Amino acid sequence: MNMQSMLAPAGLQAAAIERLWWIFLIVTSLVFVAVIVALVAAIVRRNRDGGPSDRAAFRGVAAAVIATAVTLIGLITVDAFTARKLASLETDDRMVVNITGRQWWWDIEYQHPLPSMRVRTANELRLPVGRVVQINLQSADVIHSFWVPALHGKRDVIPGHANEIWLKADTPGRYRGQCAEFCGLQHAHMALTVIVEPQDKFAEWIAAQRQLGPSDASEQAARGRQIVERGPCSTCHTVRGTDAGGRVGPDLTHVSARQTIAAGTLPTSRENLRKWIDNPQHVKPGVRMPALGLSRDDIDAVVAYLGGTQ
Amino acid sequence: MKFAVTVCVLGTIFVLACEREQRDLQFPSEDTRRVPMIPVTDFHAGGSPPPPPVVKSPFEDNAYAMSEGKRLYSWYNCVGCHAHGGGGIGPALMDSTWIYGGRPEQIYASIVQGRPNGMPSFGQRLDDADRWRLVAYVQSMSGHVSSDAAPGRDDAMQTTVPESRRAQQPILFTGSQP
Repeated sequence: MNMQSMLAPAGLQAAAIERLWWIFLIVTSLVFVAVIVALVAAIVRRNRDGGPSDRAAFRGVAAAVIATAVTLIGLITVDAFTARKLASLETDDRMVVNITGRQWWWDIEYQHPLPSMRVRTANELRLPVGRVVQINLQSADVIHSFWVPALHGKRDVIPGHANEIWLKADTPGRYRGQCAEFCGLQHAHMALTVIVEPQDKFAEWIAAQRQLGPSDASEQAARGRQIVERGPCSTCHTVRGTDAGGRVGPDLTHVSARQTIAAGTLPTSRENLRKWIDNPQHVKPGVRMPALGLSRDDIDAVVAYLGGTQ
Repeated sequence: MKFAVTVCVLGTIFVLACEREQRDLQFPSEDTRRVPMIPVTDFHAGGSPPPPPVVKSPFEDNAYAMSEGKRLYSWYNCVGCHAHGGGGIGPALMDSTWIYGGRPEQIYASIVQGRPNGMPSFGQRLDDADRWRLVAYVQSMSGHVSSDAAPGRDDAMQTTVPESRRAQQPILFTGSQP
């Protein structure tokens, strides 16, 4: 279910890349076999009746050169058509998403002309099926690379340089993406979950994301909110609708609605949230979030507030 | 003989470099919100001076902590008031003038407690390790750490002399806004 394979494409471009990959695999395999056969034949027939005449040698070499050139031109042509296909999506009727690569997570913001309608989330990209999406890629620190094999090829995320990638997902499902450029200690735990769903379900999801932060109805959750707002959490994290407005860590407004925490490191659950807050360095050594030294009670309160009903 | 000397010299350099980048990911996270009484000046009335407090930086001359401190310095928006050391809304941090003391424990106390005329208290907002990382970096801004540990370059375009090449400034207590 959690697919991370370019051989199982879920979009137009990934399908083009997959086709190209198969063509290259087949053609280069044939070339390899032909070369090996020729080599073996040459070894077996060496020095038989004094070698080939000059004329025969010339013919052989000429044939090999022509075959090579034809193959090469053929592959370049196929490649050019694939590149055209990859670039064929650009249109004005698209959804714009800004993704910022950070050590070691993905900061995702759905754009909207009205700032209040923008949605900021992390590590989980939801896309409506069949909709063209323009993803603007930026980096906040080092070079990362955005790669969701089921949807498209890699695109580097470079600090100080605006990059973009256009996608269209045709099959609903859950696909795994991964940072594809070594970016430090926890590069391996910098995953991105892409969830492609029907238009109406997506609309429902984004409407829910536009709601303000979690409820603090229960007494424990109210205390959790107080800790998040006044304690160290708010230095880095945002919970929309509260005083917590830090911008350097993931937006926690709807953290419990995401399937994983810490960029795909752990599935979201109250127990895992507790483990994470207690000592992030134990779960993901080197991660930017420090162990805060909160008491057991405080952690439970924060989890009661942020953790939703799971 | 020559070979042995080379090996010895290289070996010594190698061993000396050992603790430079020590990365203590499991920093003891005790509740250190209460800061012991730390005097903000060396001046005192009569008698012998009080004993120095027992607060010590865990990251003295730790290159990794300093580079992390440098990152936190802009993450937590110290830059907003102190700029990159030159000051602005807040006082400069790369000169020799210290209103509330320039020793590590005094810088620590200023960060935790806040100071009059605009410096907020970050005691509730930062965990202990991050405070000390910031202290280590602030010290490096005026050359008060060994130059092999101080950050040697910026992540963005370099606009000032790198911390590792700054001359050590004397610590002058002014005790008031200059």
